[in-house]
Amino acid sequence: MVQMSRRDFVKVTGTGLALATLPGFIRSGFAGVGAGDNPYNFYFQRFGIDEDMIRKVMAEALHYGGDYCDLFFQNELSNSIRLQDNIVNSASTNVTLGVGIRVLNGNQTGYSFTEDISLASMKAAARTAAGIASGSAKAAPQTFNATKLMNYYETEISYEDVGVKDKVDMLQAINDDVFKQDARVVKANVNFSDSENYILVVNSEGGIASDYQPMLRISVGCTAEEDGKRENNYFDYSVRDDINFLTEEKLKRLPREAVARTVKLFEAQTPPAGEMPVVLAAGSSGILLHEAIGHGMEADFNRQGISVFSDMINKKVAEDFVTIVDNGTNPHVRGSINVDDEGHPSEETQLVENGVLRSYIHDRISAKHYGVDPTGSGRRESFKHYPLPRMRNTYMKNGPHTFDEIIANVKYGIVAEQFTNGQVNIGPGDFTFYVKSGSLIEDGKITGLIKDVNIIGNGPEVLSRVTMVANDMKMAEGGWTCGKNGQSVPVSMGLPSVLVSSITVGGRG
Amino acid sequence: MEKNVHLDLGYWVQKKIKQLGASQSALGIRQSRSVSVDYRDGKVETLKESTQQSLWIEVFAKGRYSSHSTNDLRKESLEKFLTNAVDLTGFLTKDEFRRLADPDLYEGQSKVDLDLYDSGQSDITVEERQDRAKALGAYLEGKDDRIISVASSFSDNHSESYQLASNGFEGHKESTSFAQSVETSIQGKGDKKPQGWRYYRARHLNDLVGAEQTAKEALARTQDRLGAEKIASETMPLLLENSNAAGLLWRLARPLSASSIQQKNSFLADRKGEKVGSDLLTITDDPSIVRGLGSRYYDGDGLAAKSMPIFTKGVLNNYYTDVYYGNKLGWTPNAGGSSNLIVKPGLRSGAEIEASLDRAILVTNWLGGNANPTTGDFSLGVAGWLIENGKRVKSITEMNISGNYNDLLMNLIEVGNDPWIHSSFRTPTMVFDKVSFSGS
Repeated sequence: MVQMSRRDFVKVTGTGLALATLPGFIRSGFAGVGAGDNPYNFYFQRFGIDEDMIRKVMAEALHYGGDYCDLFFQNELSNSIRLQDNIVNSASTNVTLGVGIRVLNGNQTGYSFTEDISLASMKAAARTAAGIASGSAKAAPQTFNATKLMNYYETEISYEDVGVKDKVDMLQAINDDVFKQDARVVKANVNFSDSENYILVVNSEGGIASDYQPMLRISVGCTAEEDGKRENNYFDYSVRDDINFLTEEKLKRLPREAVARTVKLFEAQTPPAGEMPVVLAAGSSGILLHEAIGHGMEADFNRQGISVFSDMINKKVAEDFVTIVDNGTNPHVRGSINVDDEGHPSEETQLVENGVLRSYIHDRISAKHYGVDPTGSGRRESFKHYPLPRMRNTYMKNGPHTFDEIIANVKYGIVAEQFTNGQVNIGPGDFTFYVKSGSLIEDGKITGLIKDVNIIGNGPEVLSRVTMVANDMKMAEGGWTCGKNGQSVPVSMGLPSVLVSSITVGGRG
Repeated sequence: MEKNVHLDLGYWVQKKIKQLGASQSALGIRQSRSVSVDYRDGKVETLKESTQQSLWIEVFAKGRYSSHSTNDLRKESLEKFLTNAVDLTGFLTKDEFRRLADPDLYEGQSKVDLDLYDSGQSDITVEERQDRAKALGAYLEGKDDRIISVASSFSDNHSESYQLASNGFEGHKESTSFAQSVETSIQGKGDKKPQGWRYYRARHLNDLVGAEQTAKEALARTQDRLGAEKIASETMPLLLENSNAAGLLWRLARPLSASSIQQKNSFLADRKGEKVGSDLLTITDDPSIVRGLGSRYYDGDGLAAKSMPIFTKGVLNNYYTDVYYGNKLGWTPNAGGSSNLIVKPGLRSGAEIEASLDRAILVTNWLGGNANPTTGDFSLGVAGWLIENGKRVKSITEMNISGNYNDLLMNLIEVGNDPWIHSSFRTPTMVFDKVSFSGS
């Protein structure tokens, strides 16, 4: 393993992967734009813009009288480095720079973007987006007022100051540790990636907000062989944090978990097919919520009337001890955001409170449609896309039971522990999630291991079948990414141990 | 695309990388323009128009390798980008297998005009796009009282790219694509609101399926979902409609790749020349189909695209071998990934096959699930119809199929004569025997 403290580790830097020069380090802005110490100067400089340019572009965007417009500036620097076949032999970097211009006319959206942040290009893009409306021109705001924001991911070190050599040494040490864990391991892959996303959102109501969004992901995958059989599995971390997140303890846990998760698959069986009780272990089992209720609660589907939850606000959907939130404010969690991509501050949104369906997840259009406050959930993949209501960190709060009580309650069923993916049809509410590994329960005891099985159910039905909730809530640790309408955004999820009394397990026989 | 400007920029980047000390380099510059119009219930929902460009480079320096991309193509930004890229490469570990393709493999590109570019695309007006998107949805007005919402979309894209490698490869691609879709939601039982959709894509506008057909199929596929329920778990034949069969077969791409083989993550490793499927399993990769959605002259490594058998009468013929993993395995590279996949058709139509089945499940929709490329195990969510005595007797949903590809491929018992030509994976109707369905 790397024989240095985290502090030392980040100090011993070689040449950074820096692809742009930062005039200084910056956090989300708190002060007004008009203040002497303008927090947005950093962003204005980074994008080569000023307030006057913004006003001119907005005037163009509102040329045909749209109700509203916003400009979303983005500069993202990403790096990844990879170890395979015992050497750190590949690295890549990516630079993204551009501005997206959106014009709203009622519920209608005009959208265009440009990668060239010159006044002429921005005005041309704005005129294109303006075409959604067909009235007379409206004026751009004279002043811009800063949106007050919290910072849920304070960091100390920019990834631009982390040396490549240090990353190489770190990956190499993890690889060595993987092979020390178990003689059955034949291949290891270690990937480390980081990104720093700088965004600035300005709207025609005079709102302005910025954010610095760091992200780290490290994954260790391995393949093991036993008696001519092969199994492959992985373990990963992903957080909005700096390199200091990777403590010695975490760097040791990565190879240990990856190997343990792989070799245990040799003992695992495909479970039998059919409906049975399923215990969702605490942590990434929150994928159940993401698919069973989260997407269906995104308000665009509801204002269109096409979600299974469209007419269910204030209805009882689960037992009293079930409370589910979508929260963008969990410190350093992958799906957290200080501000959404429409400039609204992030928050904790109650989807289900004590078993009753409470609030949808809104973007600007849907909040206006329903006459409610925005929930800070208008997110987009990049400046190339317009925002949509999206989840952040979706999880269930602790309940009254314990894990042991739950297991003791199951005559025959499975525990689902590790997941790879899920999907939902929001109209009928049918959803699935794929269980990479778990356990078999017989007569209230864990008796074996299971693997590679898809679980399929119906959102509202499964919520009503959550019969026990433990007090051991845990957030997922890995790098979950949610896809919707061709846009991917980072999310997280969490769950205490939960019993679903009956759901279809895609086993065999 | 301003041809000389982008090609000149490519040469400039290539020269710069060399000056910075790299022994070899590869790069690509791509520009694309897309327009999409979405309608919902007779009104424009979104209009989106964009032009984008990007550069990717691969740097080979002092036996080391890295890859990079940017959309900031200003020369002053690129100077810094390239300097950092080459500097970074020096910190990595040497890798003897990283090198450009043997230039002999650049030779032999198709001489056929693949006709991937519709020159009429630039003449389409904003109004015409809106009319097309609107018309797609308009066909369904008044067609079913239970309709909650109809969303329709028309989009088109023009993209052009240059690709250069420092050992002599130079490629240019220009293509268009057009897509249209209709998605409908109808009120079902209780709170359920079944959805269905149809999507068509083509290289040339005139090859798109008619708007009325697209809309009608979307509605029919939605009405099909009404009253769908799971049935008891059972092992029986799986009937896949042609437009849906690729959903099962595309998962073979990963275990067929040289990277998975070399990384010991493929259940198909060491089985070239072995019979892995039934006699009916014949699939060819054909990059030279005129107007094909997966057609190409060369791949990302610059390798000339050539037709190659993947399976012939169940025998595994070839793995997808890119330059890097080919070098590692000592194999001659052939292609970094699939182009158009052609399943050899059978004799009967989908309808004839369906009518001949005593008891089976017709799968018309996939929902999630996954496959393990290392072991071949799969478990996938499905919806469709229970077939009894050749008839669709019950709409089913919320079920899974599970098994292992080794068994599944051997149990392919019939292939239809109706390849789905609206995809790069041209699958006909297919029937697999003895598939485990899990339900209630």
